[in-house]
Amino acid sequence: MSEETIKIKTLSEVHAAGEKVDYLFWVGCAGSFDARAQKVTKAFSKIMHHAGISFAILGTEESCTGDPARRAGNEFVFQMLALQNIETLNSYEVKRVVTACPHCFNTLKNEYPALGGQYEVIHHTQLLNELLASNKITVEGGKFAGKKITYHDSCYLGRVNGVYEAPREILEYLDANLVEMKRCRTKGLCCGAGGAQMFKEDEPGDKRINIERAEEALDTDASIVAANCPFCLTMVSDGIKAKEKQDDVMVYDLAELIVQNNNW
Amino acid sequence: MTLSQKFVILRKQDIFYKNTFHFQMSLNQIAFIIVFIVCFSIAARQYRRLYRNIHFGKEEKIEGSEGQRWKNVLLVAFGQKKMFKRLLPAVLHFFIYFAFVITQIELIEIFVDGFTGHHRIFAPYLGGFYTFIISFIEILSVLALIATIIFLARRNLLPLMGKPISRFQKTEMNGWPKLDANLILLGELALVTGIFLMNSADIVLQDVDPAHYHKTGSFAISGFLGPLLLDAWPREALVLVERTGWWLHLITVFLFINYLPKSKHLHIFLAFPNVFFSKLQPRGEMDNMPEIMNEVKSMMGLLVEGAAEMEMTDDFPEFGAKDIFDLSWKNIMDAYSCTECGRCTDNCPANLTGKKLSPRKVLMDIRDRVEEVANNIDSQYDHFIAEDKRKTAQRLDPSNYDDQKSLFDYISREEIHACTTCNACVEACPVMINPLEPILKLRRYEILSESAGPADWTPMFNSMENSGSVWAIPDDRDAWTKQLTE
Repeated sequence: MSEETIKIKTLSEVHAAGEKVDYLFWVGCAGSFDARAQKVTKAFSKIMHHAGISFAILGTEESCTGDPARRAGNEFVFQMLALQNIETLNSYEVKRVVTACPHCFNTLKNEYPALGGQYEVIHHTQLLNELLASNKITVEGGKFAGKKITYHDSCYLGRVNGVYEAPREILEYLDANLVEMKRCRTKGLCCGAGGAQMFKEDEPGDKRINIERAEEALDTDASIVAANCPFCLTMVSDGIKAKEKQDDVMVYDLAELIVQNNNW
Repeated sequence: MTLSQKFVILRKQDIFYKNTFHFQMSLNQIAFIIVFIVCFSIAARQYRRLYRNIHFGKEEKIEGSEGQRWKNVLLVAFGQKKMFKRLLPAVLHFFIYFAFVITQIELIEIFVDGFTGHHRIFAPYLGGFYTFIISFIEILSVLALIATIIFLARRNLLPLMGKPISRFQKTEMNGWPKLDANLILLGELALVTGIFLMNSADIVLQDVDPAHYHKTGSFAISGFLGPLLLDAWPREALVLVERTGWWLHLITVFLFINYLPKSKHLHIFLAFPNVFFSKLQPRGEMDNMPEIMNEVKSMMGLLVEGAAEMEMTDDFPEFGAKDIFDLSWKNIMDAYSCTECGRCTDNCPANLTGKKLSPRKVLMDIRDRVEEVANNIDSQYDHFIAEDKRKTAQRLDPSNYDDQKSLFDYISREEIHACTTCNACVEACPVMINPLEPILKLRRYEILSESAGPADWTPMFNSMENSGSVWAIPDDRDAWTKQLTE
C-alpha cells in the first residue's frame, strides 16, 4: 500500500480549471461528518480513483438534501435546503450524481425534479456493480470467497426505489456465500433510522427496531452484514453491539468490502 | 332443426310456462319487485352518501398513464397479484373472490327470473353450456365454502387453541371489526347454502315435474346432492326447498349490498377504483407543497414572476392535515377500501417492536372520523356549525363544520411519531392503499401549523437551517478529504 495522497477535487476547482467530470459525488451529511460513514466515503472514493472515474464533490457548497426535515414534516427547512442545493447544482450544470446514501439518492432522484432539479442519479452500489460488470475494476484474490455474508436492504434503496439486485451482484463478484435474512428484498425490515427517527428518541415500545434487525442478521450465522446506507450501518452495528456480538459479526458497506478484498 | 324452428319451440315453451305458472309466479314476482325496490332505494342513498363522504377530502388530480392504471387494475385488483405474497391465504381468498365473480352469472339469471316470472331463463338458450357454467359455479362455491370455514376457524378457533394470528388480535380489532369479519363470513355461508338448496331441489324436481322444471343436465355438485338428500320428497316440499334457496341467496345479496357501506367488506367494490386511482409517481416522492416552495423562493430572491405567492391573510395559513377535510379524496377512499387484513401492520417495524403505531388503525380511524362527521352533517344540528359562521350559514355543510374535534382525537402523536417512513405498509397492501401519506400529512400539520412535534427534532431543524447539516458539527464538510491516502 503506497502512501500517495488521493486528491479529491471540488466542482468549483474543476470548473475554475475549465474541466469536466463524469460524476458529482454527493457525499451527504453522514458521509461527511460521521466517523463510521466517512470510512465508506473514502472507500468509495478509492474505488472510483482506481477505476479511473473522473468525479468531484461539492465540498463546503454541499448541504443536507433536506430528507429528514421533509419526513419529519418540516417543509420549510426542506425547501430552503433543497432550493439552495438545486441552485448550486444547476450553476455547475451537473448532469450525473452518484451518492453512497440512499436517502440522498431518493431525494435527489425523486423529489428535486418537482423543484427544478433534474439529474441522472445513481446509488454507489449501482455504479460499483457497473464497474465490476465492465471490468473497470476487478476482484483480486478471494478474501470473501465462500464466506457467509448477509445483506441488509435499506428501505430507500430497496422498497422505495426497487434496487435489490445490484448490491447482491457485488457480493457475487466477491464470491461470497450470500445468506438471506428472514425478511429481505420487498419485505426487508427497516433498521429503524428512517423518517428522521435517527435524530430522536424512540417512541415507547417493547424493543428497538435495530435490535430486532440485528437478531435477524445474527440468525443467519453470517460473520458479515453488508449494508448500503450510512444510517443502517450505525443502526445495525449498534444492534449487534447490544447483543454483544460485535467481535464476531462486522457490519460493512459494500464499497468497504471491495476495498478490503483488493487491499487498496 | 333450423334456428327458426328452435325459436318457435322455445316461444311455445315460454307461453306454456307463463300460463301454467301464472298465479304462483306472479306472487313471487310481486314479492321480488317489492324487495328489489326497497333494497335498491336504500342502497342508492347509502352509496350516494359514500360518494359524498369520499369527497369530503380535497380535490386531487390523479396523474399518470391510464394504460398503467388499467394494467394495475388487471394485475392487482382482478389478478390479486399482491395477495400472492402469502400463498395459502391468497389461494383461499381467490376461491371466494372467483366464486363471487362467477356467481354473478347465476345472480343475473335470478334477477331476470325474478322480474319476468321465468324459471332458469338462460337454460334453454345455453343448453350444454348452461350445465357447464352452473357446474363451474358449484365447484367454486364448494371451494369458497371450504375457504370460508377455514377463515372462520382461523379467526375464532385458533385464539381458543392458544395459537392466534397476531394481526387479527391487535387492539384496533376489538369489538365491531371482529364481529364485522364474522358476519361477512356467515353471510358467505348463507350465499353458498342458498345456491345448493336451490340447485339440489331443482335437479330432483326436473324428474318429478318435468313440465315445469326443464332439463338442465346434471350439475357437478347438486346433481349428486339432490338425489342423495331429497330423493322421494313430495313435490310441494321440493318446491319449498327450491324457493327457500332462491330467496336465501337473493335476500343475502340484498342485505350484503346494504351492509357493505358500513363494513370493511366494501373492498369488494372499492378495490377496483382504489387500485386504478392509486398514485403512479415514485414511492419516494412526497407531494411537493408549491405554496411553501414559492414562499421560500421569494425569500431567497428566486421567485419567477407570475408564480403564485402565498396569500397574505390575517389567519395563519394551515398546512398538512388536521382533519379529514385536509386529506385528499383518495386518502378517504383508501380508508373505505381497507378490509382490515392487517398486512400493513404486520410488516410495520414500529408495530413489530411494540410501538403504538398501526397503519391499519390509522386507516380505520380516518374512516371512523369521516363517518362521525358525516352523521353529524346528516343530522343538520346547528350546534355543529362553527360559532363564527352560525349567523350567516344557510345550512350545515363541510365548509362551516366544526365539532371541536379532529383526526388527532383518533390518532395520537405517539403513533405518528413512531413511523420510519420505510414503506413496508405501502408495499404490503393488496389493494394499493397508502397508509404513509396521511401519517406524513399529520406530521406536516403538527410541525408547520402548530410548531409542535418531538422536542428532539428541534436541534436537528436548527442545525439544518443554520449549518446546512443534520448535525451541528464545527468541522468542514470536506475535512475527510485531507486524510485520504491510497
